[in-house]
Order: sequence, then C-alpha cells, then structure tokens
Amino acid sequence: MDIFVQQIINGLTLGAVYAIVALGYTMVYGIIQLINFAHGEVVMIGAMVAFTVINALAAAGLPPLAVVLIGAGCAIPVCMLVGYAMERMAYRPLRSAPRLAPLITAIGVSIILQHLAMLVWSRNVLAFPQIIPLTTYTFLGATITGVQITILGLCLAMMAGLALLVYRTRLGTAMRATAQNPQVARLMGVDVNRVIAATFIIGAGLGAVAGVMVGTYYGVAQYTMGSVLGLKAFAAAVLGGIGNIPGAMVGGLLLGVVEALGAGYIGDLTDLCRYGLGPAASCADGGHFVLFGSNYQDVFAFVVLILVLVFRPSGLLGERVGDRA
Amino acid sequence: MKNSKLALTLLAAAIGLMGCGEEKKPAPKAEAPKEAAPPPSIEIKIGHVGPLTGGIAHLGKDNENGARLAIEEANAAKIKIDGKEAKFTLVAEDDQADPKVGTTVAQKLVDAKVAGIVGHLNSGTTIPASAIYNQAGLPVITGSATNPKLTEQGFKVVFRTVGRDDQQGPAIASYLADTKKPKLVAVIDDATAYGEGIANEVEKTLKAANIKVLPREKGTDKTTDWKAILTKVKGKKADAVFYGGMDATGGPLLKQGRELGLKAVFSFGDGACTDDMTKLAGAAADGLLCSQAGLPPQAADKKFLDAYKKKFNVEPILYAPFTYDGANLLIEAMKKANSADPVKYLPELAKSNYKGATGQISFDDKGDRKDAEMTIFTMKDGKLAPIAIIKSGKTTDYAEFMKMAAPVAAPAPAAEPAKEAAKQ
Repeated sequence: MDIFVQQIINGLTLGAVYAIVALGYTMVYGIIQLINFAHGEVVMIGAMVAFTVINALAAAGLPPLAVVLIGAGCAIPVCMLVGYAMERMAYRPLRSAPRLAPLITAIGVSIILQHLAMLVWSRNVLAFPQIIPLTTYTFLGATITGVQITILGLCLAMMAGLALLVYRTRLGTAMRATAQNPQVARLMGVDVNRVIAATFIIGAGLGAVAGVMVGTYYGVAQYTMGSVLGLKAFAAAVLGGIGNIPGAMVGGLLLGVVEALGAGYIGDLTDLCRYGLGPAASCADGGHFVLFGSNYQDVFAFVVLILVLVFRPSGLLGERVGDRA
Repeated sequence: MKNSKLALTLLAAAIGLMGCGEEKKPAPKAEAPKEAAPPPSIEIKIGHVGPLTGGIAHLGKDNENGARLAIEEANAAKIKIDGKEAKFTLVAEDDQADPKVGTTVAQKLVDAKVAGIVGHLNSGTTIPASAIYNQAGLPVITGSATNPKLTEQGFKVVFRTVGRDDQQGPAIASYLADTKKPKLVAVIDDATAYGEGIANEVEKTLKAANIKVLPREKGTDKTTDWKAILTKVKGKKADAVFYGGMDATGGPLLKQGRELGLKAVFSFGDGACTDDMTKLAGAAADGLLCSQAGLPPQAADKKFLDAYKKKFNVEPILYAPFTYDGANLLIEAMKKANSADPVKYLPELAKSNYKGATGQISFDDKGDRKDAEMTIFTMKDGKLAPIAIIKSGKTTDYAEFMKMAAPVAAPAPAAEPAKEAAKQ
C-alpha cells in the first residue's frame, strides 16, 4: 500500500510539471490554434538560466530558498522575452498563412532555440548545485520531500492564478474573446496582437517556472531536456483537451500518475512466471520472465496520446469541435 | 574592352586572395624552412574518436588528451620510420556517443587515410565502427570500450588497453557480494550496449553467488526520473542496487534513491565512477561503490601524470592513461615494423609487449589486454577513493596493493612502475 501511495506521489510531482508545461501549449492553441512546438525549449531555457544564476550564487552564502527564488526571478523574464520574441518574429508574420506554415515554423524555432542553448551552455549535462537540504516527510507510509511539496503547491497556486486571470480579469476576457473570434474581438476594440503576445508571455513565464522546478528537482539540466518534456506535456494537453485550461491541468496530473504507475507495475504485471506461462528455466526458484519492463516508461505518454486521438480527439474535457485537435 | 575588364577583376581578386593567404599564415612559414632542412619527413595521421559534445564530453576530451599527449611526445622524440622523420598528427573526431555518428566518423577517418585509430570511447559506438575499420584493415585500439562483444567479433584489427565488462562486472559484483553480503539485489541499466553488458555480467556473478536478483529494470541514457523504478525496488526491499550506465543518469538515480529513503548500497560500473557523481547526487553520493577497469588514473605512471598535468592543466579524469598507451602502442608498432602501413605494422601491434603508463601491455588472440586489473572505488567526502584492486579473480586491499607495489616509494602515483619492476 505504501508503495502504491509512493508511486502516486511520484506521479503527481511529475504530473504537476507536465501540467504547467501543458498550460503553455493549451493557452496558445486555444487562442490562435497553433501548436507551439518550441514551448518545450522555453522550459529548457528557463532551467538553463536558473542554473547559471543558482550556480553563480551557490557559494554566496544566501539562504537556499532565496537563491532558487532569484534563479526563478531571472529565468521568468528571460523566458517571457523569448516567448514574446518568438511570437513577434516567427508567428505574427504568419498569422493569416495556412495553418501548416506556423506549425513548421514552430518546429524551426524549437531547433534554433535548442542549438542556441547548446552554444551558450555547452552540450554537457549541467549539474545544479545541491543547495536545498533534503527534508523528508512521511505520509501514509510514503516519503515526500520538501521540494516535491513545494512543486505540488506551486503548481496548484499557479493553476488557480491562471484561472483567475482568464475568468476574472479584463485581459482574460479579451483572451477568451480573441479565442472565440479574433475578427469580432477586434471590432469590439480588443487589441488582438497585444492579447496574443500576452498569451505567449504568460505561457513562457509558466514554462520558466516549470524549468526551474525540473532543474532543482532532478538536479540536472541539458539543452535537449526540452524536447521529450515538451512532447509529453503536449500529450498531456491533448489528453485533457487541447485549448482547454482545466483540461491541461487534469491531463498533466493524470499523465504523470499513469507513467509512474505504469513504470512501477508493468514489470510485475507482465511477469509471465506469475501466470505459470514463462519458460521453466527462467521461472525456477522464484525467477522471473518479464515481457515489458520499466523501459516502457516513456512509451505510456505516447500510447495515451494515440488512444486519445483515436477514441476521443477532443480530449477528456474538450468540447467536441470538429476542426480543432 | 570586356576582356580587359574581366582580366582586371580577376587580377584584383587574385591579389586579394594572395593578400589573405599571406596574412593568415605567418607562423607555418616561419617553421617551414626548419622542416625542409632535415631528411624527408612523412606525415602519419592517427585518428581519435570520442564524444566531444554531449553528456560525457568531459570523458571524451580526457581520452583525446591522452592520445594527443602521446603523439606530441612522439613528435618531440623525432622518430624515424623508413628512414624518414615521422610527423604524427592527431585527427580528432566527435562521435557524440551516438552509434550512427560513430560509423559516419569512422568512414571519414578511413577516407582521410589515417594509419590507425585510438577510440572510440563508448562500446555502443566502437562496436559498429570497428566493422568499418576492419573492412579498411585499419588497426583500432580503444582505451575505454569495455563491452566483451567488441573483441568477440573476430576482427583482427581491434585491440583494447582496458579490461572487459565480463571482468569488470564480476569484479564489482563479487566485491559487493563479499563485503556487503546483500540478500536481494536490484539490477538497473540504461539500455545501451555498455549498460546492458555490464549489468548482465553483474547479474550472472550475483546469481552464481546465490544472491537473489530482481527482474531487470531499465531506463534510457537520458532518463532523469527514476522514482517509479526506485519505489518499486524499495517495495521489494532490495538491499543493494547496481546500475549499469553513465554518471549523467546515475547521479539522479542515486539522489532520488536517497530521497525515497532507500537504504540499499548503490554500486556502479565505470561509466558512473567519476568525481562528477558528487556534483550530480550531492551528499547522497557518499558511500557508493563503483568499479573501473584498469587502475585509477592516480595510479598511472608518474611521468605520464606530470606530463598530462603540465600540458592540459587538469588531472586526467578516467581513461586518459589508456588512450595514451593506445596511441603509444600504435606508434611503437610502426617503429618496429619500420612502416606506417597498417598491413605491415598490424602483426607487430598484435605481438606488442609494451610498458605503458598503465603497466605492462600485451594482447591475447582476441585483442584483449592480458591480465587487466580492476579497481573498486568508494565515494568518501565527495572524492572517489580506491579501496580494492582485483586481478585475476583475487581481491587485494588498495592500501596493501600500493604497499606491495611500492615498498620504498610512498606516493601513490609512483607505485605502478615500481610494481612492474618488481614483477620482472
């Protein structure tokens, strides 16, 4: 039982990161129907900037929390700038082009950002200084660290903040109006370009926070880290219903849990010896014959993506709109 | 009129080009007369391949430095081959630790007509590349690829100055079994040729010692989240973990294991047997066990260590002494055969009996180094400290080994040559 709870906690932490990244995908998609494949790279840049800052301050004797906060404080504006520049230079000129064009541009931007990061931060794996003391708590027999609690708490706070922004502020109203119909929104006096830019900036800011979280949680960052993370977050966004903000949160958390449980249990469940099916030679004396091992961990996200696209293209919470998704 | 204009343009362009050319290379010009004066020289290219970019670029650079040092020393020694002064040049290539890039780069070296190759670093890149070298008949010596498959392919051109996983795996596994006496061990690998290879050997040895082993868990060479796997390991109450993989993934694995409150002993192969583990895993790294094929760099020949430090201003990290020896073996064989033609010097290479920075080197029929040593390390206060040497199945305490090796000389680096002297 405690192992099961532990896997759920592992999954939720992972899922919280996916959810925050997925928000960036889904916000942009919701407003201009563009899948911004460069979003994963924004997350990576967030982690890299935070690494540089934290690494420089690690020896300064500041409290660890302050160092991480300063790191995040630097990463967020940098990522916002990247997000804005991306929108202004790569996507705005293509606003009225066929939808395939900005999609390909997005892939191009992603490659450019990745390689720029490679030039700036080298191709090596960067090890974050281990400044945060390890504090662990026991919850239902499972271990949870202070960092994990912080990640979960921050994610919930950010989701709530985003929901407030979208549903309770003038900017949010303008965003929703633009999402529904940009032409009419413009007629109503909404500065559509400004709203779209704001969406990119907010998404990139969230991405930066996710990058800092991933960096400090796992302790490593590399210029390639954005691509797989981005793809999984994209799968999470689709799972929840792309374009749907609560959907991205649910999709991310769910995907994280599916991955953790999958990796944790698939080996035992596909151990043929359990069912008396395995070859006698390997099953003898409590041996095992495992069909699918934990190396399939990364596969779950994409299996989920395919299943959703086949059976429920609009996702769990998405409304059924024919030409989206 | 037209013609004269064209001619003028061409002339201008030519002058421009000449100008550029002259400006660019004042240095070689100054050297040129010096080279021209002595008897004719031949240029001998030696290739080196390792990842110079990516997660283990630091190890690739370390390997390359070893080979570079050997070549510069050979140049300084003004070796004569076939009556001509040999001028060795190192053609250093980057395989990004990627098997696909590895074969491309191998072909590139073959096309560049190198006389021999030192490398690659990873087993995963060396094995496919070795087929290309074999086809071209080019000798290749790796100083770090430890997967047994490499020399089991029957290629006559493949050699290694380092031990094999099927020696290294049993070494760390038997040390683990003897000293920690675990009842249940979880074996994890990163699904690469190297990781799987060493994990298989560890599992075999543990099982032979009647220790139960959990079904294999696998990540990839990019996995950062090991929590699901480690939670499972914790649930099964394993009291030791072995991970076959590199430090970039091994560090997070170790850190997350401690976060989960896993009390098990963590052990690693040479890929994660680096000082970087402390940076990657923090305090959690203390107490880990790991093995390296061969002797620790600090136990290499003192002359090599001094030269390396002087030249590159850093300490050798891992396999630099082995690539240094690899390059020297090539040069030595060329000297003996009095030729840089692979066909001629290959038999000499196979017969090598050479005293290198890592001790006496000779090869068996497969091209593996005879009697390779294995070293077991532990992490103490953020530094890897050797604790035992395993040679032909016998475990010797490191301090004792050093004492045996160097009865007079106290400092560690001096031990190796002294030991060799004692043996002869």
